[in-house]
Amino acid sequence: MNNVLQIVWLIPVLPLIGFLINGLGRKNLSKTFSGFIGSGVILVSFILSCWVFIQVKNGNTHVAHYYDFINTLSLKIGMDFQIDQLSSLFLLIITGVGFLIHVYSTSYMHDEEPKDFAKYFAYLNLFIFSMLLLVMGGNFIIMFIGWEGVGLCSYLLIGFWFKNNNYNDAAKKAFIMNRIGDLGFLLAVFWLIAKTNTTDFHQIFSLVADTQKNPLSTFDITGITLLLFVGATGKSAQIPLYTWLPDAMAGPTPVSALIHAATMVTAGIYMIARSNILFSMAPFTQSVIAVIGLATAILAATIALKQNDIKKVLAYSTVSQLGYMFLGLGVGAYTGAVFHVMTHAFFKALLFLGAGSVIHAMGGEQDMRNMGGLKKYMSITHITFLLGCLAIAGMPPFSGFFSKDEILGEAFKQNPLYWGIAVIGALMTAFYMFRLYAMTFLGKFRGTHEQEHHLHESPAAITFPLIVLAILAVVGGWVGIPEIFMHGGHRLEAFLEPVFAPSNDIVAKHHLEHSTEYMLMGISVGGALIALIYAWSKFSKYEKTTAEETGIGKILSNKWYVDELYDAVIVKPRQSVAAFLNNVVEKKGIDGFVNGIGKGVNYSSRQIRLLQSGQVGNYVLLMVIGILVLFIIQFFL
Amino acid sequence: MSVTEILFWFLSFLTIGGAIMVVTSKNPVYSILSLIVTFFAISGHYILLNAQFLAIVNIIVYAGAIMVLFLFVVMLMNLNADAEPPQKRKYLMFAGVISGSTLLLLIVAAIRKSDVGSQLVQLKTGDVGLINNLGKVLFTDFVFPFEISSVLFLSAMIGAVLISKKEASE
Amino acid sequence: MPVNYYIFLSVALFCIGVVGVLTRRNAIIVFMCVELMLNAANLLLVAFSKMHHLALGLNFPNLASEAQIFVFFIMVVAAAEVSVGLAIIVMIYRNTHSIDVNFLNRLKH
Repeated sequence: MNNVLQIVWLIPVLPLIGFLINGLGRKNLSKTFSGFIGSGVILVSFILSCWVFIQVKNGNTHVAHYYDFINTLSLKIGMDFQIDQLSSLFLLIITGVGFLIHVYSTSYMHDEEPKDFAKYFAYLNLFIFSMLLLVMGGNFIIMFIGWEGVGLCSYLLIGFWFKNNNYNDAAKKAFIMNRIGDLGFLLAVFWLIAKTNTTDFHQIFSLVADTQKNPLSTFDITGITLLLFVGATGKSAQIPLYTWLPDAMAGPTPVSALIHAATMVTAGIYMIARSNILFSMAPFTQSVIAVIGLATAILAATIALKQNDIKKVLAYSTVSQLGYMFLGLGVGAYTGAVFHVMTHAFFKALLFLGAGSVIHAMGGEQDMRNMGGLKKYMSITHITFLLGCLAIAGMPPFSGFFSKDEILGEAFKQNPLYWGIAVIGALMTAFYMFRLYAMTFLGKFRGTHEQEHHLHESPAAITFPLIVLAILAVVGGWVGIPEIFMHGGHRLEAFLEPVFAPSNDIVAKHHLEHSTEYMLMGISVGGALIALIYAWSKFSKYEKTTAEETGIGKILSNKWYVDELYDAVIVKPRQSVAAFLNNVVEKKGIDGFVNGIGKGVNYSSRQIRLLQSGQVGNYVLLMVIGILVLFIIQFFL
Repeated sequence: MSVTEILFWFLSFLTIGGAIMVVTSKNPVYSILSLIVTFFAISGHYILLNAQFLAIVNIIVYAGAIMVLFLFVVMLMNLNADAEPPQKRKYLMFAGVISGSTLLLLIVAAIRKSDVGSQLVQLKTGDVGLINNLGKVLFTDFVFPFEISSVLFLSAMIGAVLISKKEASE
Repeated sequence: MPVNYYIFLSVALFCIGVVGVLTRRNAIIVFMCVELMLNAANLLLVAFSKMHHLALGLNFPNLASEAQIFVFFIMVVAAAEVSVGLAIIVMIYRNTHSIDVNFLNRLKH
């Protein structure tokens, strides 16, 4: 059945065509047409991805080689697409959730001008194209092309309403921090090329797995994996490169849902999962990843406790959940991390789209202190949002429970301390999510009268994706039921087995006792339930106050002053260096030099012109001097 | 010290003295007169070297015709010591003197060690300077330049007349 | 009498003429110093002619004569030059009523 896999190139090319049509024709197309094209191509890609997934499930993996990208004597890089279990799973997530978000956007962005509307869909399609390239790439270079492409689209989409300078600054911040990560990625790729002369996944991984032929020393592997992780911190918003994600909420809400919840930020996870064998051979890097992931999870969760903007809470929640995924990768739970990517895509996209629905109904208001009691006005949004909150808090039998619990279990096996801190983070997650839920939907409405009149349930194009995502958030976890509940229930693990097999060969997996596992599960779920109930009761009675935050609350609501720290340590010195270079080196030095040449020529010509005095006596004097000089040269030199 | 040598030194002093007087005297008439003295001294040198023809020609042409011409022009313009334009910029004078002296020093230094210097000059005798010998060479080997020099004189004459002609319309 | 002495003599004459050209502002005096320089050259040529006559003797009988013919022609040219030059000076005097060399700086423009 190879013919299906031969047309696998259509999957990224269709969004590219959508991008070209919407981008080039944006001044002429109507809104319905561009929305139709934009969403339609993604739907077709999704259908093709389903087909591919079925093929792969039947064991039919494939590397499709199209042409040689770079073809030199020592280095061959081809335009390869690798279709295996991992990439087909990601394909489904990207095209599926992407399609839902496209449909949502047709309604959310309906206030825009037709040409901006078309531009938006063009950017979205370009983003999907780049993300598909990233996950389908068969070597590091194709992955990097996609990697850069999603960074670019993130910049374009965050700064979509470009007339606002703050949004532009946020877009720039995102792009620059991404770039810093990309530098790490590139250095890792160069190192790999220097040592192994190839960037192809199959070749590198088989080379590394073979202990006889492995050209990489432990130092090499540790260095390469650390640099790859730096790239992942930039893309997936870990410490220290995470501050762009909350600011990226300046973009339209569907963009936040797509890029900053479901897809782009998971690129780092995908990359590390793909290169799992390299990481399994570098235990030092793995501990670094686990520690940073855990630290990020806790830090972001603490900040989210005190944020008042609905999207900012969700943004910090994303950073925190990404921290969990990295924790999973760091302790060797590759399946768990990928599982959490999948469930997180469902419930986080759901939460963002729900927030978008709320913002839309509130006429653009994003501050939760002005909301409240919305459940009677927006029932569908309310129910789906509640389901999403339950999922992210890790309540069984929703999806978040299964994936998070798997990561927690693996963390406990590695180091009980990891587990302990992660559980505290889970409690905080439950707390701030239900704080958000309660402040938004429960209690009394705290907004203005005009906003109250405007409140209504959103149209079908918005609620339909919400419903679909809610269903997925509920049942999505059931592909990964752990052993203790149902034997053979972890179908996802079985599915992804071939991808992670090399790692599993190296690192022996030991299993927990069933009783230990029940106990861990009980503690985390119980704790989360308590936090949930506490937040529910506290914030459903929330009264708006104008009191300033004090003490710890102040630090948290100011995001631990990290942005200010970066500003003082990095931005200000850079600006002074740039100012120095501009004023001294550029203006005085280089300009002075170049202008000075002109001035010098002017001056010297004026001086030399004075020689033309017209005085014959002077001329004769110069003649005599000339003869003198000639004499000296002739006779004495 | 033979008579020849004494004569040589005397004539040399006369030459140099006259030349310095030319350069330094304020009155232009004094300059002209000292130049005439210098020319006579140089002619004396020629006679010493037995270049008789040249000595006579020197006196007739240079001291006689050219200097008289100079004297005419000076008298025509009524120049005397007062009319001498003063040298406003003193440093130029110094520059001139210094560069001239430097030139002197240089040439002297350059030539001092040359081999040519020790060769002797035939004084008082020698038939090279005799007029019939010179005439022979002039009218056989150099007859063409001789004729052309007449053309040169013609052009100089025409030039001089043309330059100093008053405009007819004035 | 080594020819050295004659060389030094004419060089001295020549340099005095140079100093005169550089120093004096009266155009006529300058002209006279030019004549002085020419005469220095003449003297040297005659001295060399006698030197060669002595050194080379009958091998090149004409060499010495040629030097003296050269001097003759120099005098010819000097005469022509003086006549034309003085005519020019007279014209300048008529136009500007001055024979100051520094005055004649029309070449400046």
